[in-house]
Formats: sequence, structure tokens, C-alpha cells
Amino acid sequence: MRIPLAALIGLFFTGLFFAMAIFAPLIAPYGMAEVVGDVWEPPSDQFLLGTDSIGRDLLSRIIYGGQTTIFIATAATALSFIIGSVLGFFAAVSGGWVDQSISRFVDLIMSIPTLIFALVVLSVMPTTITILIVLMGLLDSTRVYRLARAVAVDITVMDYVEAARLRGEKIGWIIFRETLPNALSPLVAEIGLRFIFAVLFVSTLSFLGLGVQPPQADWGGIVKENKEGINYGISAALYPAYAIAVLCISINLVADWVLNRTTSLKGGRG
Amino acid sequence: MHPILTLVAQRLALGFLLLFAASILIFVGTAILPGDVAQSILGQSATPEALANLRAELGVDQPAITRYFSWLGGVLQGDLGTALTNGRDIAESLSSRLGNTLFLAFWAALIAVPLAITLGLLAVRYKDRWPDKLISAITLTTISIPEFMIGYLLIFFLSIQLPLLIGGMEFLPDGLRSWLLSNLRFSSVALMNDSMTLIEKIKSITLPIMVLTLVVLAHMMRMTRAAILNVMQSAYIETAELKGLGMLKIIRKHAFPNAIAPIVNVVMLNLAYLVVGVVVVEVVFAYPGMGQYLVDHVSKRDVPVVQACGLIFAAVYIGLNLIADIVSILANPRLRHPK
Amino acid sequence: MTNPLLKVRGLKIGATIYPPGEKSRDIEIVHGVDFDLAPGKVLGLIGESGAGKSTIGLASMAYGRGGVEITGGSVEVNGRDILHSGLRDVRRLRGAEVTYVSQSAAASFNPAKQIMEQVTEAAIFQNKFSRQDAEARAVELFRKLGLPDPENIGSRYPHQVSGGQLQRCMTALALCPQPDLVVFDEPTTALDVTTQIDVLAAIKEAIRDTGVAALYITHDLAVVAQVSDHIMVLQQGAMVEYGTTDQIINAPKEDYTKALVSVRSITHEEKQPTATPVLQVEGITARYAGTNFDVLKDITVDLHPGQTLAVVGESGSGKSTLARVITGLLPPSAGQITFDGRTLTPDLATRPLEDLRELQMIYQMADTAMNPRQTVGTIIGRPLEFYFGLKGAEKQKRIQELLDEIELGDGFQDRYPAELSGGQKQRVCIARALAAKPKLIICDEVTSALDPLVADGILKLLLNLQKIEDVAYLFITHDLATVRAIADSIAVMYQGNVVRYGPKSEVLSPPFDDYTDLLLSSVPEMKLGWLEEVLEHRKMESAGN
Repeated sequence: MRIPLAALIGLFFTGLFFAMAIFAPLIAPYGMAEVVGDVWEPPSDQFLLGTDSIGRDLLSRIIYGGQTTIFIATAATALSFIIGSVLGFFAAVSGGWVDQSISRFVDLIMSIPTLIFALVVLSVMPTTITILIVLMGLLDSTRVYRLARAVAVDITVMDYVEAARLRGEKIGWIIFRETLPNALSPLVAEIGLRFIFAVLFVSTLSFLGLGVQPPQADWGGIVKENKEGINYGISAALYPAYAIAVLCISINLVADWVLNRTTSLKGGRG
Repeated sequence: MHPILTLVAQRLALGFLLLFAASILIFVGTAILPGDVAQSILGQSATPEALANLRAELGVDQPAITRYFSWLGGVLQGDLGTALTNGRDIAESLSSRLGNTLFLAFWAALIAVPLAITLGLLAVRYKDRWPDKLISAITLTTISIPEFMIGYLLIFFLSIQLPLLIGGMEFLPDGLRSWLLSNLRFSSVALMNDSMTLIEKIKSITLPIMVLTLVVLAHMMRMTRAAILNVMQSAYIETAELKGLGMLKIIRKHAFPNAIAPIVNVVMLNLAYLVVGVVVVEVVFAYPGMGQYLVDHVSKRDVPVVQACGLIFAAVYIGLNLIADIVSILANPRLRHPK
Repeated sequence: MTNPLLKVRGLKIGATIYPPGEKSRDIEIVHGVDFDLAPGKVLGLIGESGAGKSTIGLASMAYGRGGVEITGGSVEVNGRDILHSGLRDVRRLRGAEVTYVSQSAAASFNPAKQIMEQVTEAAIFQNKFSRQDAEARAVELFRKLGLPDPENIGSRYPHQVSGGQLQRCMTALALCPQPDLVVFDEPTTALDVTTQIDVLAAIKEAIRDTGVAALYITHDLAVVAQVSDHIMVLQQGAMVEYGTTDQIINAPKEDYTKALVSVRSITHEEKQPTATPVLQVEGITARYAGTNFDVLKDITVDLHPGQTLAVVGESGSGKSTLARVITGLLPPSAGQITFDGRTLTPDLATRPLEDLRELQMIYQMADTAMNPRQTVGTIIGRPLEFYFGLKGAEKQKRIQELLDEIELGDGFQDRYPAELSGGQKQRVCIARALAAKPKLIICDEVTSALDPLVADGILKLLLNLQKIEDVAYLFITHDLATVRAIADSIAVMYQGNVVRYGPKSEVLSPPFDDYTDLLLSSVPEMKLGWLEEVLEHRKMESAGN
């Protein structure tokens, strides 16, 4: 199978970012919270991207920040997929009132914008990383649910699924051998899109001061810490933007390739 | 009654039901989930008296259902309660901020909607050629950057770097340079007060409008493109082509009547998304709107304010989705002309 | 000789295809076709799917559908080369000199506009008639085409009239601008057989009365024989044979044409009923959940071992629902089913494995009946493993035996369904059913999605397998020719009732009830003048009543 160039580029950068996240302590030249220089030093041989608002090495902050951001996004995506796809398949295969009640509840959750819902909950919850992951995972699972259910409903009306039922196959065979292999490619592509959404979302929360708490580094937080510098022409706050953009575009390229033209089944954002 | 009225009435009723359910959800989210609101508001070091006072003020000593209905009753009469942090009437503080938010959203929509539809049409017209590819590449980029970062990128390049750049262009005549400097000023802080003229207000929010436009543009354009392509690939468009009609006439007479509903849908869904984008953009530009008010009070754990703002955002969001629904019903010929 | 209205020389048509995961490439789908059409004459273009007949039809309007492009040759209409004239001239031709009737009128009408506006649009736009004249002409055409309430039907919206009526409206749309040539692209294929005959008669009459020339495109030779003066037989983008309708039908020269003419000529000796039926359906009544009418009303039929019961009916007659009840997918509200001496439980979930094994099913769309992610080996091997516990070499050996039985041979085990042709797919489905060693196979329209010659092959295979395996078929179909070819007994269904039931020879001999008569007489026959005979016969009967 030939992999198109765009997808190769996407795969390369996605791999690079994940490797950086995993091996952050080995790669980062300085510690995450270590004050090593003056405030907002310009880039130099010593500090490749300069220093931040209290004199920490910006490159190290960004590498560690990537670790936090990618970890939270990965965990939230995994959670949303486990909940969303299990419930989605379950609803599609069961049908009837089970399907109806789950679907209506999901409609209700989705009638409130995700960010607003998160803010409402965070106004009374402590902002720990666990809470962030659970909250994002639960909110995002509604979108995964909708996709998984739609895909599964499309497949369960196929004659080959009926043929398997007429043969007397058990529910396990029908889900894992007949339904799942055919649902995989839209779901895999959706993993990419959900992950992007999670990265953007956790960055936004941290930027608003309601996500990852200092001194823990994360991409949204780095922007918040350094945003004053922008008014003096210091671009420290912009580096995380580039990092997020490169990561998200890469994953998008991979997802597009996986989805391979079945574009009608993409979920939304927001 | 005409069946279409019945359907619209059903949708409206469903919308109100959804709003009611959303209000319960918001209330549950803030008032019942956590162990002790008062504790989390005042922190671990709070004295028992302070906690008890706050609990009484919050009414936490009453059962949740009672609290919910007294809150809802107040909301229905326009009484949103008082803020815990400064004791001021929430409805009063909100009204001017809501106005500011709607002002910003209105101007952003006014630019974004026609632009997105035009670009979507262009992408269809030049499908799979370079304008389409360029548009989809830009789309891909803007949906890959969070709103607040688009904001800072614009501030950095337009309000900080651009004046430096113009200032450095010594080959330009001084008059032109100073004219450019005074007119190409993009404020990084979106001030807003009653003494400003409309022009001043719009100038002040130029950058926030640009950010919001970029944020919704991508989605709206992509969805418009898909909606129009879907219509253009119908067999009845081929019939029109085989009648010898010109492209413009085909679009006007055959594509447009069928594309209205999906496009209105796209617009409404993205306006709903814009309402959320406003929250972050207001924080970036320190704009005195509802979003900033909400975020401020979330950090201060001022529950009544959060509930009020959450409900208003949810109402706008549900309302826009409802309009989209009703437009698709009204535009469906099968429903408009039943058998 | 008069100048031809349409003159096609060396027409070559290409297309760009986009195989998933590969680079797009250009292929040629029509390889140089020549023909003439004189004014007022009808030329039938006939061929199986992929023959390029629609593509050629649209080329006469200088139109390529999707990625299709005319790459060579010339097309002249009224002496003008339309392939090398500008877009402006082509537009003046379309909808004025040449018009088009598509297979699916339902999709070809704009759902948001009234019928009248769409029917008269081209005539007015091309300055052929004033609005008033065009509307008067449309009403006249509606009347001529036998549409009910011709004065007012134009003010309706497309979804407010039936499929057969809309197809006639499409014909009116094509005739309204008074064109010189109409391209009919499978105009009756999507219709039920009793509706088809009326639409066909209406089209034929309209062609005759208006003196318009026509290209009539279809895969059904018996249909085209009724309307055309000449016939061109196409196969894979090339002409096989061209001649008068009489010559093509009665004295075909080429083997391919002979095969097309003799299609559906399988003969099958009716078998006598045995002592005990393998399947007894007694008093079955059924309805779908949430509806308030019975789709099946008190159905009683028997099927004897090793024989075929054909259940015939048009769409909506309830014939497929009967299959769902027998398989247990839809529990009936009354009645019982006895299978091989045992009473079947109403619900699939409670049936013992033995019942499931002995009762197999083959579907209309082989595409959706096979999991696209499983190989042919897995698809056929699963019942062997599931019912008989076969494994390893033993299973492989049996799979190969089955593949030999369905005449596919070596090398198919590792292929995926997407790599098979339509006929091959259906054969694999047959092998999957046979693998269970069933006593009864329900065949639900198994040949209706296939080209006639391929369908013939499948029917022959099924008859052959019946002899070897002694399996009974419950054969659901709307196609009476198929019924004649394979049935031992027949049940005719209409609106949920069995209106006629018995051995084939009895059911197909007079005296008939009204519906069976209508159904039987509506099936196009491969002979000239059949349409007139039937219409004449019906006129006399209704006069006699």
C-alpha cells in the first residue's frame, strides 16, 4: 500500500511529538520549573527559544508542557472513546427504548456548549488533572457516541449481519467479527479529530486559568504566563501556538488519509 | 391545522423542554455534584462561622428541589439573584455585558457569514482546482489553532509588529507613514464604553472581530461547500443542464431553492459555535462582555453568576439550533405541500 | 435518402476513475461507434450494464456525466457537428432539438418546483413557445400520456404524484419543446411490470403522434422490440450488431445477440407433489410493529422437498415479508409454520440450531449480503465451522468442493467480495447457503439485480444444484419469466393476499383471475407487435364487460 506524502508528513510529526512527550526529561535541556536566567531573555545558544516571564528555559517548558497537554488529551480521548463507542454500539444493537433513552440524554448534554458546561462544572470542582480528564472525556464521549451509533446502525441493517443472525451467531461474533471491522476506519479517523479537540480544549481551559495549574507546564498555560510579553514584541507566548498547530495539522492529515473519502461521517467541534 | 404548523409547534415545545432540562442540568452541575460548595468557595482555612453564613446565604440548608424551583422562579421573573463576591444584582451587571457580547457577535457574523458563503461557493466552482485546495489548506490551519492563540498571533503581528514595520519604512514619505500609522492601528485591548461613537466602537473591536471570523469561517466554509456540492450533484441539476440552461440560471432556479435550508443550517450551527468562541476572545482582548464576566466568576467560584451566565449561553445556543431546525422544516417541499 | 437527423462517427468516450488508495487513471469506455438516425425513427440501444449505452445516448447532447468525456469521433445533429461547437451552441441544442428522459423521474424533478414549471421550462427558455402556448401544450401532452386530471396535475409538486405518473410527466417534459430527438434512458426499468406496460404504451403513442425521433436505451430486448425501428446491440463499449428490429429479434446473426434473444428460455419440467411437504405455511397473518395494517393476510402455502415454490408479486405485495416471517425475523400475529415435520417457533432467537441450519437464505443484493472485510474462504467456511465444526484441511477441502459446485474453481478462496463480479458474488452467496446442507433455501429476488445473461447462468446453476442436493427453494420474485423457468408451484401475491396458488401448469393456464391476468399479460414478450396485441385484447375485454 502506498502512503500519500501528506499522510507521511503527518505520521512523522505526530510520532515526533509523542516521542518528545514520552522522553521529555531526557530531551529537555533544563528542568520544568527551574529558574535559570533573566526574564524574557532572547533566544541564544544557551536558551534556544529564550526564557519565560520568570526566567525559566522556554524550550524546556514547551517540551514538558507538551507532555502534560498530550497526556491529558490522550487520556481524555481514550476515556471518551471507551464510553462513547461502547454505549453507541450497545444502543445501536439493542434499539428500542434503550437506544431512545441514551440518545435523548446525549442530546440534552449536547444542547449546552461544551466549554460552557465545563466552566459551570469547574466553578465548583477543584481543577486537578484527574478532574480535567474525566470532565473532558465525559463531555466528548457524547460526540463519539453519536458517530459510533450512526456507523453501527448503518452496518447492522446490512444483509450480512442479518445473515449472521439467521445463522444463529452469538452477539459477540456479530459485534466483533461482522460490525466492528467495518466500523473501524471512520472510528479511527474520529480518534484523531477527538484528540485534536482535546488538545485545543485543555489548552483553552488552561489559558483561562481553569485547567492545568502552575507551576506545572502546559501549552495553554505557557501562553497565559507569557501573554504580557507580546505587548513588548516578545514572541514567547506564540511558540506553543506553533506547536499546537503543527501537532493538530499532522493528526488531521493522518486522519484524512485513514478516513479516505468517507468524509460524511466526521463529528463536530464545540 | 396545516401539518407544518403542527411540526413547528412541536419543535418549539421541544426547544422549551430542552431549555428546561438544560436549566436542571446546570443547576445539578453547580449545586449538587460537589461535596460542599461553601468549603470549596472559601477554601480549607475558612472558619466554621464563615462556612455556616455562606451556607445560609446559598440556601444549601434547604433541599435541592426547593432551591431549584426558587431559582427557576426567580429566573422566569428576570431575577438572577445576587453575586456572592460583590453582592450586586446579577441581572443588572449582565445586561450591559450581554449587549456588548451581542454587539461583538453581530459584527463578527455580519462579516463571517457572507464571506464564508462566498468562499464556499468559490470552492465549489473551482472544485479540486487550486482555489479549492488553497481554501481547504487555510481551513485546516485555522481549525488546528485554538481561538486564543489566533488572537495573540493577530495582536503580535498586527498591533505590535505592523506599526514597527511601517515605522521602519523610511523610503515612504513621512506624511503617508504617519497616516498609515494612525489609521492602521489595531488595538490589543478592546475598550468599550457608552461615550464612544459607533465607529470608535467598531475600530476598537477590529481584532476580536477578525479572530471570531477566522474561527467560524473555516467550519462554515467547509460545511457550505459540502451542502452546495450535495445539491449540485442531484439528478435534477443534470435535468436542468440538459434543458440547455446557463450555469447562473441553474443555480438561481434549481440549486438555490434546495440549498437554502442546508445553508441556513450551517450558518445557525456556526453562529451557535461563535457564541462560545466569544467567551475566549473576550478574555484575550479584555472585552467587557458576558464571556469575560463568566470566566472571572468561575475562578472566584461565584456560583449564582455562573448559573445565570450558563443558562443564558445555553438559551442562545438552543435557540439558534431551534431556528435551524424550523428553517429546514419550512423549506422542505414535502412538508410544505403534503399529499 | 433523407439526411440523417443524428449522425455518429467513430465516437470514443473516456472516463477518469478513482480507485480507492490508488492514483486516478483514464480508461476508454466507448471504443468508436458509428450509426445514423433518420428523422422520426426510433433506434433501440441495447446492452448489459457497462455496455456504454447511456453514455452514447448522452453524447448525442454533447454531455458527459460525472468524469466522462468525449475523446474522439464526431456527432452531428441536423447536419451540425455538436462536439466542436461552443458551449453556447450546445445549450441552444439541449432542451430544444434534443431532450432527455431519465430512468428515475423522482430524482430528475426538482422537489421544490411545481411540475408545470419544470415541464414548460425548456420550451419557454429556448423561445420555442410562449408561456401560455407551452402550458397548453403541456396539458395536451399530459392528456395524451394518460395522466389523471391533465388540467391540474401540473400544479402539483413531484412528490405528490406516483412513480409511474412522474415518469410520464418526464416524457411530457421531454416532448414539450417539440424536439427533433428524444433520448429515453431506461424510462420504464424502475417501474412495476403492470405500470411499465402503460407507460411504455404512452411513450410509444406519444412518439408516433408527434413524429419525433428517439434513442431508446434499455437492457431489456423485449421492451425495446416494442418501440424501435432499428436496434443496435452493444457490448463493453463496442457495437456487436445493428439491424432492423425484425432482423435482430427473429434472425440474429451474432452469438451475443442470439444469447440475448434466447435469454429466459430455460425450460423446466414441473415435478409432482410428494406425500409430505418440507414447509407448510398455515394461516399466517403479520404486521410490522407500530403500523396498523396487516402486510400478510391469512397466507397458506406448501412446499415439497426438492421442489421450487415461486412467490410472485409486485412491490408492496408482501412477498419479502413472507420470507421474514418464515426465517423468524418477524414473528407473525397469527398462524403457524411447519418445517420438516416440526413446528417452527415464531421468533428467531428461540429456534434450535438445527432449524437454522436447514433453512438458509440468499439475498437480492449480493454486495451487502457479504461482509466486505471477509474473504470468500471465510464467508463459505464459517457455516462449515459453525454447524459442523470443520477445521483445517478438512474445511479447506469442503470449501473447494463448494467452489467447484458453483463453477468458480481455484484461486477464489483468498479473494474479497469487492474483487468479484456481480454474478460471482451471487454464486458465493449460494455456496454459503449450500455449505449448511439445508433442506430449504429462501431466494429473495436473487437474480433481479443481475444482467439477463448472468441471471440466466445463476438460474441454471440453482436448478442443477437442486437436482444434486435435493434442496427445496422458496423463490421470491417479481419477474414472471424467471418463474416460468424454475417453478414447480406458484403463489401469486397481491396486497398481502395469495390471489392464486397451485402447480405451475394450473396457475399459468386460463381461466385467470383479474390480477393474475393483468400481471401475466403485462410481461413483455420477445416478439414484434406484442404491445399492440395486449392493448387490443384489453380494450376488447373492457368493451365486453
